[in-house]
Amino acid sequence: MVSCDAIVIGGGINGLAAAGKLAASGAKVTLLEASDRVGGMCDVGHLCYGLDDRLEKSLKLSDHGLAWLSTNLPSTALSETGKHLVMQGAWGETLAGDVSAADQAAWQTLRTTLLKNASVLAPFKSMTAPRLSRDHGAPVWKLLGQGLKIRGMGKDALREFMRLMLINVADVLEDELSDDRLKGLLAFDAVLGHFAGPRSPNSLLSLYNRISNSVAGQQAALALPRGGMPAISKAMEAALNARGVTIKTNAAARHIGIEADRARSVTLHSGERLQAKLIVSALHPQTTLMSLVGAPQLDTGFVRRTQNIRSRGTTSMLRLSLKDHPDFRGADLKSRLVIAASVRAVEDAFNAVKYQAFSAEPVMECLVPTAFEPTGKHELTALVQFAPHDLKMGWAKGKPAYLKGIMQQLERYAPGIGKLVLQANLQTPAEIATRFGSPGGQWHHAELSVEQMFFLRPAIGLAQYETPFAGLYLASAAMHPGGGVTGTAGWNAATQAVKSMGAT
Amino acid sequence: MTNYDAIVVGGGHNGLVAACYLAKAGLKTVVVEKNDWVGGAAVSRSLYPGFTYSNCSYVASLLRPEIMRELELPKHGLQILPYEGGAVFTQDGDYLAMYRDHDANRREFARFSKRDAENYDRYSRDVLKHCRFIRPLLLRTPPDPTSFKPRDLQELAFLGKQLFNLPEHEIYDMIRFWTMSISDFLDEYFENPVIKAYLAVSAIIGTALGPMSPGSAYVLLHHYMGDVDGNIGAWGYARGGMGSISKALTDSFKSFGGEVRTGSGVEKILVRNGRTTGVVLANGDEINGSLVVSNMDVKRTFLKHVDEKDLPPDFVKRVSKFKIRGSSGKVNIALDGLPKFKALPKDSPCIRGDLHFTDSIERMEKAYDDWKAGHFSHDPFLDMMIPTTIDPTMTPPGKHFMSCFVQYAPPKIEGREWTDKDRNAFGQTVLDQIEGYAPGFKKLVLHAEVRTPRELEAEVGLTEGNIFQGELTFDQLLFNRPVPGYAQYRSPIEGLWMCGSSTHPGGGVMGAPGRNAAAEIVRSLGKNKVTGEAYGVL
Repeated sequence: MVSCDAIVIGGGINGLAAAGKLAASGAKVTLLEASDRVGGMCDVGHLCYGLDDRLEKSLKLSDHGLAWLSTNLPSTALSETGKHLVMQGAWGETLAGDVSAADQAAWQTLRTTLLKNASVLAPFKSMTAPRLSRDHGAPVWKLLGQGLKIRGMGKDALREFMRLMLINVADVLEDELSDDRLKGLLAFDAVLGHFAGPRSPNSLLSLYNRISNSVAGQQAALALPRGGMPAISKAMEAALNARGVTIKTNAAARHIGIEADRARSVTLHSGERLQAKLIVSALHPQTTLMSLVGAPQLDTGFVRRTQNIRSRGTTSMLRLSLKDHPDFRGADLKSRLVIAASVRAVEDAFNAVKYQAFSAEPVMECLVPTAFEPTGKHELTALVQFAPHDLKMGWAKGKPAYLKGIMQQLERYAPGIGKLVLQANLQTPAEIATRFGSPGGQWHHAELSVEQMFFLRPAIGLAQYETPFAGLYLASAAMHPGGGVTGTAGWNAATQAVKSMGAT
Repeated sequence: MTNYDAIVVGGGHNGLVAACYLAKAGLKTVVVEKNDWVGGAAVSRSLYPGFTYSNCSYVASLLRPEIMRELELPKHGLQILPYEGGAVFTQDGDYLAMYRDHDANRREFARFSKRDAENYDRYSRDVLKHCRFIRPLLLRTPPDPTSFKPRDLQELAFLGKQLFNLPEHEIYDMIRFWTMSISDFLDEYFENPVIKAYLAVSAIIGTALGPMSPGSAYVLLHHYMGDVDGNIGAWGYARGGMGSISKALTDSFKSFGGEVRTGSGVEKILVRNGRTTGVVLANGDEINGSLVVSNMDVKRTFLKHVDEKDLPPDFVKRVSKFKIRGSSGKVNIALDGLPKFKALPKDSPCIRGDLHFTDSIERMEKAYDDWKAGHFSHDPFLDMMIPTTIDPTMTPPGKHFMSCFVQYAPPKIEGREWTDKDRNAFGQTVLDQIEGYAPGFKKLVLHAEVRTPRELEAEVGLTEGNIFQGELTFDQLLFNRPVPGYAQYRSPIEGLWMCGSSTHPGGGVMGAPGRNAAAEIVRSLGKNKVTGEAYGVL
């Protein structure tokens, strides 16, 4: 039997982050990854919307090969007639493309408000969610401290902050702006990766979540690493190797051994057993608790709450190999290309997924990676919404139909793109779920909805990264503050584990 | 020209409640109402010979017991008849029966799902817990969390204490419940679509949300937190129609020396040097008073009846952003006899309660999708009642009055105004739906009144036909209702107050906004200006 200080299960971004943090605090860490390489779901993304600063700095990722092609990628709201709108600079510092003076001004005001409100929420992300109980007073005081800081933003701003807290993004956009392209783009950004439409209450909070992130100190960054998203996990892997972390690939965990309410060991599918004082699982909490630990170890209410964690994925990943660069009616290919004509278009696309169907006219963000780093080949990637993991008609029949719908939508914005396709590869939420072992194929593992946020994330009683078992911690994207390729959940979890283990 | 201490603009139930308390406090009070009758959306109208219609609101439960007691409404003739039963008719010809009795319900649930029947206990217990928490907060003015005034801090501390007195996991349960969709919430308890559809009903009535919209679970609470004679969650019919509530309030008001002027629409609220001096009526008459209390919704009050120049620009902007989208309509029907529903056994008590035809949450949500797209629902959700099965006073013997609340109906059809043709089509959809489950129903129809948001706005004065005078989403609840900074019934104009459902705690025939507003006004006047008894009560 192999023995080490800490075992991290799962080599996605959060597993890597947790391993990095544990190694940085001096532990001898073994990381287990089921597939043949680390990176997990960060490889189905194509852009980085935020990377935890602590991770980037502590692990010195830039020394290990991480470089940014851009941290301020422009976004183009594509138009069917070629009258595109472009958000330039840091989250639309300027707008280009025939935008009315009134909208220019309104956008600047709205942008300032939203960025400020989001930045107020940012510090909450790097903390462990407090428990709302008198017996756990200290974290609540921490919360109050943050609250007072928010109070400092001034009476009017605070009032507006509270009004907007749980509002739907559609109402805000309709109230403040008139340009459909801009509203469509922002509505899309608010719901990307979520089981929500822009008219769903609480959806502005999703937008806040996104624009509170930063990359390389740039808030609301839209960043593209050199070499694409796998570059992030590669740099992480190199950083971990440098810190002496043992990374075992093709090592799927089968069982977590519990003795006297304490996690002791991890058994692999190969039968190999590893022992450690500390086990941090970056798998979905349902997988960790129900499969690896097993329901018999848990009490009924706990099992019920864990089973009730909602993880409905809505986002698919499309990869097209093309004969030539596509032409989106003259749009700059060195930008993020968004197909979301209006708030209504995004909402209509969302409607389908409520009934376990896919959108007839999906919304998507496209990227032409080969426009940034020419390789001689031509490629287009797209994150497409909305489709469920549990398609009513079944994915065997549904996948070709969905792909056809997506291609038709692309054709409207980039006429002739269909003829350029050499190969199309669509990964549905169902496939993402199977490939990465994350129920529902949801981006954030557990949906990032208000009732699964902060001290409620992912379920009551699990919000502090701790489990009912000493020595077993949860570090998946299902934990506070959720997914995206930020690594924050993993880093926070390891921080909490080190703290709690130190105390005992 | 006449002088009053207080002028209440609008004789809806909240206006009347506020007026009662002000008159009781010794203020010379007048209620001015544009229609020739009072009651707003709590009215009994005779629209067909011999028949009384509750043509807007149609059931009672939310009216605060404190108000009933303090204003002696039973003495003034108000009687709430609790109703028992209800049913959801399913498309396959079966029905799910509902009873007031918890165990009878559970047995009925077991017919559809054993597992759901078992979970029904846990569900009822949990929802009741949330009700118990929120009920005492209804008659309290929301604190301003941005203020450092002692009263606001004290109230915040009180709320904090209420919350932290709960066991830890109940605090989480509560916060989850407030922010969830009813669909997700019910999924945590039930598996059967019919049972879920039945229980989701209260979460969508009156709102511009679907059962899958986050925040809809709170709306369920809003409908559950009432009671009939102390029976929490129970609903009843007001004997003689919903107008009996307004009539009892009017009588109570008059017994305190109040005066009601109907047919007196207010044209303008007068403001001089930042304070109100009275109102001008549509006929040009001027009524003077240093207190004007508006029962109209916040948009109507400030955007239509107050000069924009008298208001801070920021306030006007916030009021314009207030969301008050109508989502429902009403079809009121005089019937020649009791319709026979195919599924219901003869003499089933279920016919005395609320009847629904929407047997899955998906169908409800699809009805909402139509609304989002600017249409009325093609397969609408109906909350249908036949109050005359319990209250025979509303129709001639053997005849019946049927009230159908219909969702969803948008304030405008794809951005344009409703036409009579749209309205007729809307009404026809409803009649067709009922006929499908009760063949021969249409032949019983003597008269039908179809009301869309357009009619609700024109007659009752509810902007966009929203029955709650503003949506019940978190951005418009508590200290955000109606707009941040003005959630304590005051307006930027001195002497001008708000008492309608646009204010905390919102809509329904509850009376809480009216009472809370009166309490704030009385408090602002100080002990010396009002009779001691009133000051103590409020």
